[in-house]
Amino acid sequence: MLEQQLVNALTLGSVYALFSLGFTLVFGVLEVINLSHGAMFMAGSFAALTVVTRLKAPLAVGILAAMLVSGLLGLAIDALILKRLRARHAPHLIPMIATIGATTVLTSAAQGLFGVEVQRFPDELLPTREFIFGSVHVRALELAIVGIAFLLMTTLFLVLRHTRQGRALRAIAESPKAAALLGINVEGLFLATSFTAAALGGVAGLLIGLNFNSVTPLMGQPILHKGIAVVILGGMGDIRGALFGGLFLGFAEVLSKAYLSSQMGDAVAFGLLFLILLVRPAGLFGRVLERKA
Amino acid sequence: MNRATKHLLFAAAGLLAVSAVAGDLKIGIAEALTGGAAQYGVPIRNGFQLAADEINAKGGINGNKLVLVVEDEQGKKEEAINVFKKLIFQDKVLMIFGPTLSNSMFAAGPVANAAKVVAFGTSNTANGISEMGPYIFRNSVMESDVLPVTVRTAVKHYKIKKVAVIYGNDDAFTKSGYDVFKKVLEDQKIPVTTTETYVKGDVDFKAQLTKIKATNPDAIICSGLAEEAATLMVQARGLGLKAPFIGGNGFNSPKLFEVSKTAGEGTFVGSPWANTNPTPANQHFVAAYKQKYGAEPNQFAAQAYDALTIAAAALKSIKVSGNVATDREALHGALPKVSISGATGPFKFRQSVGKDGKPAGYDADQTPFIYVIRDGKFVLFTGK
Repeated sequence: MLEQQLVNALTLGSVYALFSLGFTLVFGVLEVINLSHGAMFMAGSFAALTVVTRLKAPLAVGILAAMLVSGLLGLAIDALILKRLRARHAPHLIPMIATIGATTVLTSAAQGLFGVEVQRFPDELLPTREFIFGSVHVRALELAIVGIAFLLMTTLFLVLRHTRQGRALRAIAESPKAAALLGINVEGLFLATSFTAAALGGVAGLLIGLNFNSVTPLMGQPILHKGIAVVILGGMGDIRGALFGGLFLGFAEVLSKAYLSSQMGDAVAFGLLFLILLVRPAGLFGRVLERKA
Repeated sequence: MNRATKHLLFAAAGLLAVSAVAGDLKIGIAEALTGGAAQYGVPIRNGFQLAADEINAKGGINGNKLVLVVEDEQGKKEEAINVFKKLIFQDKVLMIFGPTLSNSMFAAGPVANAAKVVAFGTSNTANGISEMGPYIFRNSVMESDVLPVTVRTAVKHYKIKKVAVIYGNDDAFTKSGYDVFKKVLEDQKIPVTTTETYVKGDVDFKAQLTKIKATNPDAIICSGLAEEAATLMVQARGLGLKAPFIGGNGFNSPKLFEVSKTAGEGTFVGSPWANTNPTPANQHFVAAYKQKYGAEPNQFAAQAYDALTIAAAALKSIKVSGNVATDREALHGALPKVSISGATGPFKFRQSVGKDGKPAGYDADQTPFIYVIRDGKFVLFTGK
């Protein structure tokens, strides 16, 4: 039973990590807690679902549609809301609240467009392959989620570390003003970051929607709450933190359900989160920023 | 009779019907039309609308037209209270149907009871609903009437020795279903290997199911809503857990199969309504619903349809004065005497006893149907 529970924890943790990647990226660069990330997640799922069911397109096109639609929505939210708030030097809370508003608009729009009921992907598209190792059952899709979470995390990490754009982004994260003085196109990179983060959210939504075969306008909400915990735990804005924070939450939740009581899953996970933050207030990978005036 | 005369007569009849309208009979409908509970609330609203349209097409009730004032309570307690207040004090309806979830009825029911307005639930199956007061009615059959029959039938069929239990512990409906299951299992002396829980919105149940699998039960008893139950079934099969499920009222939705496909094979579930029930009243309902909405009706639509039929029968038996308070009281007095044979079969009310020992509201007095899932469909269980 332990082996199966460890696999369960790994897949759940990867789901959390996958969701949190884009979420933490936006925070790291824009310093905005973008609560519309759950809506991006949902939008990606619906975009892919629409493309594969209405246009009968293959799943690969669905993935592209998820990235594109979510990415563009993220871009629109940045251009229409966040950019204006940046221009006015709005305090941190304002963009956070504005993105709650954007979420409400998007989920209501999705309820109007697609209805309130759970939608699902057509059977023939669902990868149903299953691997059995001894007493452990793993579905191909779950392995894919774990793989993709690690892959995206590594790619993002390398891009930030070793490319020109990555360096520029880190410069912005350090100080947007100084970066602008050095000739970095700050606004452009903000927009690009919002697009990328939302596109990542869209892919996460598609994969998770496929995995649980359930797509609803409200699907982004429960995972958003977990995502916030993951990002705080990992260190706000840290890419590695999203992965390890996600895995940590997954393992804490599954193992406490397995060996304590299923009533205790969230209690233990969030209790541990609390303890870790007592010891490391900036999270696992975060640094306490002191230079802020 | 030629066409022109026919049309003329028809027009005249229409005119007569219009001129005969003494006043509209306003009925409040407070159901979850958006949000997670909308999958129950929308079919319920459709059931009411269908019944009202049929009644009005036949000339209304004693010449008065039924007017439904439909409000969305979003499946939320706070919203249900707001909507109840609006319907009672602003729209001045004669009675209210709804809300969708038992949770919301616990919140909004007392508002109606205090205002001496009938609140009539068609989908609230939790225990204690009608105990809130004499103005609380429901035609939804309680879990405590259905589940003992479901469990007994399944235990006999599968020769079950021990079961595992899983339920949603943050929802009045699924929690109350669990409480009933627990009592039933104690009464029928069936050992429980483990009891697991989850919360609303969970999509990953593998930790709990792995634990259940390790205890090797003969069946899994599940008190959950259809969406969660379907995902649970799929994940159980994915983990190699083969025991059949026994479900509560939340399983009664075609949604169950859309996600679970064949994962739910062999599941036992009790329901107050059978879509294949051959009585003329039910066959008429099923056909009319399909024609109007282009979709299969479910239990919730059937219960709503019957509920409005019950209210119409009560309204027919009273003299509408036009004074809201008087009419509300007359309707309240007439409702308990109604018995009909509707889409859900023969129906009458049974008065419940409140916490103070005094007679309180009214529950449904009906016998359930037992279903088993075969080939991804609910099949009426006939003992084989």
